[in-house]
Amino acid sequence: MNVIEANGLGKRYGSTRALRDCSLAVPAGHVTALVGPNGAGKSTLLNLAVGLAAPSEGGLTVLGGHPPGSPAALDGIAFVAQDTPLYKNLSAADMLHLTRNLNRHFDQAHAEARLGELGIPLKRKAGRLSGGQQAQLALTLALARRPRLLLLDEPVAMLDPIARHDFMATVLTAALDDGVSVLLSSHVLAELERVADYLILMSQGHVQVAGEVDDLLASHRMLTGPAAAASTYAERPVVHVRRAEAQAHLLVRAAADDSVPPGWESHPVGLEELALAYLREPGAAALPGPARGRQAEASEVTK
Amino acid sequence: MTALTTVSVPAGPPEDTAVPPLPWRRMAWVTWRQHRVAVAALVAALGALAVYVWTVGLHLHHAYAAAIACQPANSATCADLISNLNDMNHVLVGGYTLQIVPPLIGAFVGATVLARELETGTFRYAWTQGFGRWRWTLAKLVALAVVVTAAAGAISVLFSWYYQPYLATGNQAISPNAASPFSSALFDLRGVAFAAWTLAAFAIGGLAGMLIRRVVPAIVATMVAYTALALAAANVMRQHYLTPLLTTNPIVPTTAWIYSQRWTKNGQFAFTSWRDAPNALLQQCRSLPVGPLRKPTQATLAQCFAQHGYTQLTKYQPASRFWAFQSIEGGWLLALSALLIAATVWLVRRRAV
Repeated sequence: MNVIEANGLGKRYGSTRALRDCSLAVPAGHVTALVGPNGAGKSTLLNLAVGLAAPSEGGLTVLGGHPPGSPAALDGIAFVAQDTPLYKNLSAADMLHLTRNLNRHFDQAHAEARLGELGIPLKRKAGRLSGGQQAQLALTLALARRPRLLLLDEPVAMLDPIARHDFMATVLTAALDDGVSVLLSSHVLAELERVADYLILMSQGHVQVAGEVDDLLASHRMLTGPAAAASTYAERPVVHVRRAEAQAHLLVRAAADDSVPPGWESHPVGLEELALAYLREPGAAALPGPARGRQAEASEVTK
Repeated sequence: MTALTTVSVPAGPPEDTAVPPLPWRRMAWVTWRQHRVAVAALVAALGALAVYVWTVGLHLHHAYAAAIACQPANSATCADLISNLNDMNHVLVGGYTLQIVPPLIGAFVGATVLARELETGTFRYAWTQGFGRWRWTLAKLVALAVVVTAAAGAISVLFSWYYQPYLATGNQAISPNAASPFSSALFDLRGVAFAAWTLAAFAIGGLAGMLIRRVVPAIVATMVAYTALALAAANVMRQHYLTPLLTTNPIVPTTAWIYSQRWTKNGQFAFTSWRDAPNALLQQCRSLPVGPLRKPTQATLAQCFAQHGYTQLTKYQPASRFWAFQSIEGGWLLALSALLIAATVWLVRRRAV
């Protein structure tokens, strides 16, 4: 099952195209990182997926074919919006009560236990909690709904490093223990590198890279060699060239056992390195083909 | 550039059974918890107003009772009692100040319902819960509409009681300020009109909040839109609810709503008001008995004109039509409010954020 599936999806706000020609399928059972610079269309994609916005073109389904915002979709998807909006004048206990009333499933005991572990007083008003506590409260409310898909929009952007770590640990626990599919957006990849096993890279309103992290890392190598030879290298598709004095670093689509031309050294590539290379080359793409499993190998890379 | 092949399309929506909607009663606690401050403030404000109207109303009713019991009616003592009555409670006289109550309720209760959610971003929480956003909106607006309408209906009973002395007699000897129940400011404080106008103000507020999405501008817009509608109703629309009656009886009760009056002689237009009457006629009618304020009342003057062959034609609405007018106004305001709330819910349902 695909938790999110988009086909030719586009969204226009007035004359601004926030999203264009997006096609992707996010399989269930992954922690997916949705990465891209500010304005890449990440929030727009998430808003479309929860039904807060309607597509201008193309189509989008969630949880294996449900239209976003339909009763089944609302029931199975929990969304933590950017800046974790809560009713500031309601206490944590009231927020639990409110969420319990508005949803079919709500695990009150689990939610209270979690807030206890986090040291969040039930009687304190949400507006008087620290930023990290507010984010944790919003996440607790979302997880208590027992969702099949958890969507998080820039959840850690406002948090200090310890709060970020705690937040991510909670997300990862939910994914591993309860099998919740997670899609979280960020413009800082470093946050997600530890937890994500699926990557969607967006820039300028379209999807640039989509695939399992392991597959992406296995199909890319960093080649280091003489700068003069960089422009003549043509054995494998080149994503990005970085020149540093006499040396050039080439991110190429290649497997670890692919041959390396004389004078070049091949290194495995890190996720952040790979993402940065693609983000610097908005024209390059690594996308899954029509059949799942062929992943990046099946798609064409252009530079 | 990017050769992107289409992603496999699923074979239609999954066949799992449709998720039944959550019961409406779930919204009762939600609405109460989120709006209890507004409801409490509304009750407190209307309660304070009620205490004030009740207190000054008791004085007014006592003064009125003293004035009508006074004999002989044209004595100086009685004139004092009547002018005392007419000098009372200037704040409430004519009902103009109380006109502010419905738009205030509409603006502070109605306009904030959606504007606050949209302004603070909490709609992203509320509208992505399992209850569903259009049902959430409908439940909140209907529950709060019932509350504000009931509160307004209750206090308008008190207003009706308060203004009785001005309306009860129509007797100019007692109260030259006697008003018609159709007078533009009194009409919508009494009967069903006050509750209906409050409901309309709330519905306008709800829609303004959804369209404008910010609290303060939505409050201002609600006040402006309400005022425009209330002025249009009082000055343009209300007079067309029913076809006016025409009478040649020179004595038309002051409780009637008089559209126009003119004097005719031998079927010809003579003059509009007694002030325009020929001097000769006025001289003849000068030696009339005077009322308590030492001038001839209009009724006695009219009788004198009639004796000299003049006929007064009056186009008017009789006071007996008060409830017909109330039903018509209450009816269209209820329909308008339902329409505005439906429009708000529809906007929430389709709104692309």
